[in-house]
Amino acid sequence: MRALTHGLTRRSIVLLAVLLAVLVALPLFAGDYLITVLILILYFAYVGQAWNVMMGFAGQLSLGHALYVGLAGYLAAFLFKDYGVGPWIGLLAAIPLTMAAGAIIGFLALRFGVTGVYFAILTIAFAEFARIGFDHLDIVNGSGGLFLPVVQHDQSDLWLLRGPPTMFYYVILAATVVALVLSRLLLKSRIGYFWLAIREDEQAARATGINTFRYKMAAVVISAGMTAFAGVFYAFYYNNLFPEQIFHISRSIELIVGPIIGGLGTLIGPIVGAFLLTGLSETLTSALGAVGLDLPGARQVLYGICLLFVIIALPGGVWPWLARRLGLGEPR
Amino acid sequence: MPLEIYLNVAISGILTGLVYGLMALGLSVIFGVVRVVNFAHGEMMTVAMYMAVVLFSTLGLDPLIMLVPIAAVMFALGYILQKGVINAFVTRPESTQFLLMIAIAIILVNVLLIIFGPDAQGVQTSYSYDSYAVGPLIIDATKAYAAVASLVVAAVLFAFFRFTRTGTAIRGCADNHTGALVVGLDVSHLYALTFGLGTACVGAAGVMLVLLVDATPAIGPAYTLLAFIIVITGGLGSMAGALLGGVLIGLTEAMAGLLFTPSAKSMFGFAILVLVLLFRPQGILGKAAR
Repeated sequence: MRALTHGLTRRSIVLLAVLLAVLVALPLFAGDYLITVLILILYFAYVGQAWNVMMGFAGQLSLGHALYVGLAGYLAAFLFKDYGVGPWIGLLAAIPLTMAAGAIIGFLALRFGVTGVYFAILTIAFAEFARIGFDHLDIVNGSGGLFLPVVQHDQSDLWLLRGPPTMFYYVILAATVVALVLSRLLLKSRIGYFWLAIREDEQAARATGINTFRYKMAAVVISAGMTAFAGVFYAFYYNNLFPEQIFHISRSIELIVGPIIGGLGTLIGPIVGAFLLTGLSETLTSALGAVGLDLPGARQVLYGICLLFVIIALPGGVWPWLARRLGLGEPR
Repeated sequence: MPLEIYLNVAISGILTGLVYGLMALGLSVIFGVVRVVNFAHGEMMTVAMYMAVVLFSTLGLDPLIMLVPIAAVMFALGYILQKGVINAFVTRPESTQFLLMIAIAIILVNVLLIIFGPDAQGVQTSYSYDSYAVGPLIIDATKAYAAVASLVVAAVLFAFFRFTRTGTAIRGCADNHTGALVVGLDVSHLYALTFGLGTACVGAAGVMLVLLVDATPAIGPAYTLLAFIIVITGGLGSMAGALLGGVLIGLTEAMAGLLFTPSAKSMFGFAILVLVLLFRPQGILGKAAR
């Protein structure tokens, strides 16, 4: 507990507690639409957090996190559909699978000195490889997609993850909180300081005796393992998986926009980014609908322009700026 | 299958690969000099493809004739983009640059979507179905023209960098940014020039490609990736490497489409990329020292 709150200002703790209380109480007032949007926001906050461990903390740019989402989603859905294995057991299988995938990519890249942009392209290559591979993988119905049986939403079955949106909301909210706590613990532990050292100056880190290969590997593997939950959640929430969707490069990109906009390497950044971007996207949809300008593509153009302005105006991300404005001390 | 089929497919792949190579050359030039990861590369090419489509369908102008004018317009767009927006990001972290280019890519794709709709549009020239018979081989005329034009553009670019003072100055910027500033080069102008040249290159490639492939707003990202694969395979900073990488990937895709299934062909491009990154990260023709 000390490790969790150490160094936080009182105001930050109060703000976090209030935010959490609001989010927990929200389903009592919110309608179905808002709940659906919030699930999407929290989903992006969660994967953003997982990705941030690798890029924000250890400085290793992955543009292929859709690979881990897809692998985990497919494994859990496949086990559930064909063998009746529940999602939580599926998750226990999916975590080692994604960690192994991360370990292979990390090992190949980091051992051979593939870094920076080259590393990022390599992660894309593996994700794209998986996308096309799954398109031709008959055991999961290839490009035809994998479907989970949809059941009535009147009662919640938390163990099988079958239920109404509210149940999914609480599941993803809990996961986001767990990811935040885990990230904080990691960042404040020995490994976290090693990561920051590597991110800031890898040669200097190596000179001080840090085994940079080992800790970069740890970042990739932990980040991949955390992402597994997002994949399982995705599979059971949407009940359908298509390689063209889940492994697609645009999935990898949309999950990293949040943390970068929110503030790379900060703990709250991914959450702020998810709220801003999904909120922006939904607002644009309804605003354009209201003025009768719902051309296909119009929303994305405005989204892109907003993105452009945020990066130009706040290159460090929104959260560091916001945290200073709120008087929360140095952002973390 | 008789041998001729393999040879015909191989030649077709090599010719297409030269167009890929020109596209990748644009990326290589930008990345090699400005050090910005142009993740909107394929999207920029799509813009040029639509220019060619529109000029052909409204005025009946053949893409091969419009190659130079469209490349010139693309040059201007690239110059303005670099000078106005990207230049401020040159010293920022890679992730920020990446996001900037993604934002630009999103805007380009969707503006095209609004203007042209999601349907594929192509160009049907009078020589679309012509071919040359060389001995037992059949060479598609369109692909041959596109490949020759790509080689010419690449040669012009190569000569520019090798033999002009401006080209030498740009190479100076690439080799040593601080040094270039010290000797009084106008680096921001040279960067914009380079970005413009890279955009003109990919624009020219797009005009050629529209003869071979139909344009849709959504094809951009796939070509961005393809350009990266080619550049890394061939060797970053090596202009000949980009062309060689393009030919290699074009050949691989064509053979994979013949031997396996066409829908799996890009898998082989990625496989080559992985192999190159693992065993020769500097690329086939790249220099080892970084």
